[in-house]
Amino acid sequence: MRHALSIEPTPTSLPRAADPAAPYLEITDLWKAYGDFVALRDISLSIARGEFICFLGPSGCGKTTLLRAVAGLDLQSQGTILQGGRNISTLPASSRDYGIVFQSYALFPNLTIEQNIAFGLENTGRSKAAVASRVSELLETVGLSAHGKKYPAQLSGGQQQRIALARAIAISPGLLLLDEPLSALDAKVRVHLRHEIKALQRKLGVTTIMVTHDQEEALAMADRIVVMNHGIIEQVGSPTEIYRYPETLFVADFIGETNQFPARVVRGGEVEIGHSAFCCATDGFAAGQAATAVVRPVDIIPHGAHAHAVNAIDRPATPQNLIDAEVREMEFLGMFWRTRLTAPRLGERTLVADFSVNAVRRLSIETGGVIQVEIPRERLLLYPRSA
Amino acid sequence: MAIALETAHPPLAGKHLRQQTSRDDRIKLGFMAVIGLYLVIALGAPLFVMLSKSLSTYRFDLTAYEFQVSDGTGANWGPVVTADALNRQAGAVAEADLSTNSDGRLAATKFFPEFSFRSPVNYRIRGVDEDAAFLVGSTLEKGTAWREYDSGTFRRVVLRPARTIGLENFSNYFSTPALAQSIYNSVLMAAISTVVTVSIAFALAYGLTRSCMPLKGLFRGILTIPILVPSLLPGIALVYLFGNQGVFKDWLLGYSIYGPIGIVIGSVFFTLPHAFLIILTALSVADARHYEAAASLKASKWRTFRTVTVPGARYGIVSAAFVVFTLVITDFGLPKVIGGQYGMLAVDIYKQVIGQQNFEMGAVVSVILLVPAVLAFAVDRRMQKRQVALLSARAVPYAPKPNVRVDAPCFAFACLVSLFILGMIAMCQVAAVVKFWPYDLTLTTKNFAFDLMDGGGWAAYGNSIRLALLTALFGSLVVFAGAYMVEKADGFRFGRGLFHFLAMMPMAVPGMVLGLAYIFFFNNPANPLNPIYGTMTILVVCTVTHFYTVAHLTALTALKQMDPEFESVAASLKQPFHRLFFRVTVPVCLPAILNIAIYLFVNAMTTVSAVVFLYATDTKLASVAVLNMDDAGDIAPAAAMGMMIFYTNVAAKLIHALIARGLLARTQAWR
Repeated sequence: MRHALSIEPTPTSLPRAADPAAPYLEITDLWKAYGDFVALRDISLSIARGEFICFLGPSGCGKTTLLRAVAGLDLQSQGTILQGGRNISTLPASSRDYGIVFQSYALFPNLTIEQNIAFGLENTGRSKAAVASRVSELLETVGLSAHGKKYPAQLSGGQQQRIALARAIAISPGLLLLDEPLSALDAKVRVHLRHEIKALQRKLGVTTIMVTHDQEEALAMADRIVVMNHGIIEQVGSPTEIYRYPETLFVADFIGETNQFPARVVRGGEVEIGHSAFCCATDGFAAGQAATAVVRPVDIIPHGAHAHAVNAIDRPATPQNLIDAEVREMEFLGMFWRTRLTAPRLGERTLVADFSVNAVRRLSIETGGVIQVEIPRERLLLYPRSA
Repeated sequence: MAIALETAHPPLAGKHLRQQTSRDDRIKLGFMAVIGLYLVIALGAPLFVMLSKSLSTYRFDLTAYEFQVSDGTGANWGPVVTADALNRQAGAVAEADLSTNSDGRLAATKFFPEFSFRSPVNYRIRGVDEDAAFLVGSTLEKGTAWREYDSGTFRRVVLRPARTIGLENFSNYFSTPALAQSIYNSVLMAAISTVVTVSIAFALAYGLTRSCMPLKGLFRGILTIPILVPSLLPGIALVYLFGNQGVFKDWLLGYSIYGPIGIVIGSVFFTLPHAFLIILTALSVADARHYEAAASLKASKWRTFRTVTVPGARYGIVSAAFVVFTLVITDFGLPKVIGGQYGMLAVDIYKQVIGQQNFEMGAVVSVILLVPAVLAFAVDRRMQKRQVALLSARAVPYAPKPNVRVDAPCFAFACLVSLFILGMIAMCQVAAVVKFWPYDLTLTTKNFAFDLMDGGGWAAYGNSIRLALLTALFGSLVVFAGAYMVEKADGFRFGRGLFHFLAMMPMAVPGMVLGLAYIFFFNNPANPLNPIYGTMTILVVCTVTHFYTVAHLTALTALKQMDPEFESVAASLKQPFHRLFFRVTVPVCLPAILNIAIYLFVNAMTTVSAVVFLYATDTKLASVAVLNMDDAGDIAPAAAMGMMIFYTNVAAKLIHALIARGLLARTQAWR
């Protein structure tokens, strides 16, 4: 992570455009309420120049509301937004500096592709020739030079979205806002276009915020992800940080898949799940405290078939967190096997584990068999649980 | 940085931020204020004045005036007496005559039987309170101070009535049997016409959507013809067909066409297209999968009809019923021509106002007429909202399969109804060009020599065209700009809501009521807008307002189909809203705008109800001329003028189709 995230309110009066290390976009104590409903609750966030940020969260979490506040389309109730050192908190949309792309493309249907891209360039003192050359340059950038004279309805969804992107960057905005730009597209086009957008963003170096509810998209594209839920920011971090070290149970659950078990902290470094003790980091937890223990299916390591089932359930915790489990179900998902295991030591709960095709073959894992699996101690995460 | 929910956050207190207004916002706000003001002046204020008029009664309050009379020297004054006491002594004015209207005047000398204007006696007059008013000549005097006049001047003193607010006018109305009977008559006629029209319309729409009968396009065209003629025209046709000299008079078995029979037949004629189009739309959205499901469950044809077809169209049917009911109960032209002595509410307004100059009673009838219209409107709006919820994006359009047993009766029925419509029009056409139906059938153009008849002559026809063109032009501009503000301006939520409400209101206001409200509002010398009274301007304003709602909804529908983010994109590209408006919004919505224009044109040509109160000698209109010539007994010229309106509307429709095709080819290449 190149730039430290700041959640402390920062002094906002100083002009900081000259300071390259200063955040480009700075959101401080932002609230948005619709009547009694609070859509955004005390949001603070700093974004560095050139960063690609994803707002990720389930629908209704406030991510689009936050984007629209930055755009000046839906004014926040309270809070300040600084862009390049300029206080834009209450500026109308037309006085801010950004380009925007919507899920619906919002291309003007009665204008040709060229006219659409030129829409923001005309009326700005540029000569006709300058506009035309900029338009053809942009068409080339998005790889649609042959389609300039067509109307939007004659292009595919992916092509239309590229035109919308070209139109948004035509005026060389300081900030590019993407509101679920890929959600309306087919899966294949979506994957293809997400690489293109990312490459274009790198090339232009434009600070970009993308709203999405697709975690894969966010993980693949973002420099940093802002995970949101119920109008608050749950976590901000790089894709690997978010995935490997989710700070809240919500983030752990929302990104990737999880097994969740009710747990209780026995002493430092040891928790009780079901009837047995397991080793894991317990920083911040007191002995006796109730918690939720989380482990991802992919993190569970198979250690092979066990000749004789070890059914003792009161074994002390070992550093390896080894348990015996019976394979109840196996589901072939192409890249891996999803298995459902039951282990006496975990109580009656099912443990979902994803094993590679190789591992399954090598260890002869099959339905009905008993295997030994390891829950790596550094991959067993604890979250507070309200009793 | 997990921000846990339970962290103590200050509640969202203090003032919410306000966005700095951009130049666009200010322009939009200005526009909205202008168009909102237009609707307030053209609709809200006149209706309010009318309502207050219906609640106002005027009466001379004799206890409010005191007199003193001098002796022959003019210097020694007698005792102070009230006008009331004087009146009781002299018995000059009967109790009933004290009720009057807003223009009432009562000469003060009436209370002094011995009054002579050459006597040396002087008179003093004053009010007992500040409101008692009287005129001396044309000078208004008020108040409790004594005023002294010599007998020559006192002759010119007249008392003015006091205005009280109350329901007295309404109780008067209901105690007049002939007037109260009109309510029953109107409701009865509207109810019968509704049942008949909706049944016919449903059968026709069913045939067009669920059978494979031939000539569907032709029937659809014929069925919309009645929209192009004034509602008076079917009345005239009926007079020719079944009237005293009618060729088919015997068909009525001795009953007279003048009255309920004529009203129902004529109402069916002019309301049929409205009901037909609504039900056709409702039936068109049928989902084929429902029919497939019914067939796979082995439901009989009749059961399918009852459980799939009718419920699917039920909101359309209810909506059509309310539209027809409102049209019939508020229509004035048809019962005027064919109603004979059969009293109807809308005609009552006309008679009270034009015949008896009783404006307060006209206002009372108007308010009564507003009740069913507003009710029908409210129910209809609820229905429309539910209808929308019925539509599903994944519906599969239903395609009927040929079936002689269904197709043949549908075709026969459509032929029959078409014959009825074409027959009525043909009758007027024949009446217009023959010398004397049915006795002398030689062709003539004398019926078109309008300048020789009362009613306004060819100038009236010219005025109508002018009115229709101005209404179409001015109306489409105002309506589209207004709808744009409602739909696309952000912020000003309250203003936009109010504006939308005002725009929806004209649908519930009958034309007669609007016309009368305009008299009250604009024909008041104290109103700064009084100069437009009696001009073409007021006719245009009135007609645009009268037909505002349908046009507004058309514009709104077109605007709603546009991506709501266009405005956001334009703002992010720093383009002013008017550039987006003219380069994108207007071109994309052009078909809807042209539809609004032709709708306003056709209605401006045919409307009678609102404008009948508002035309002046130099702004007579063709539709009113039809009415007046018919009234004067010149029925053939009335039919001829009615046909002129019909030709004009047909021509306008053709030109509209041509323009639409030409313009669309240029501006809608993307479609």
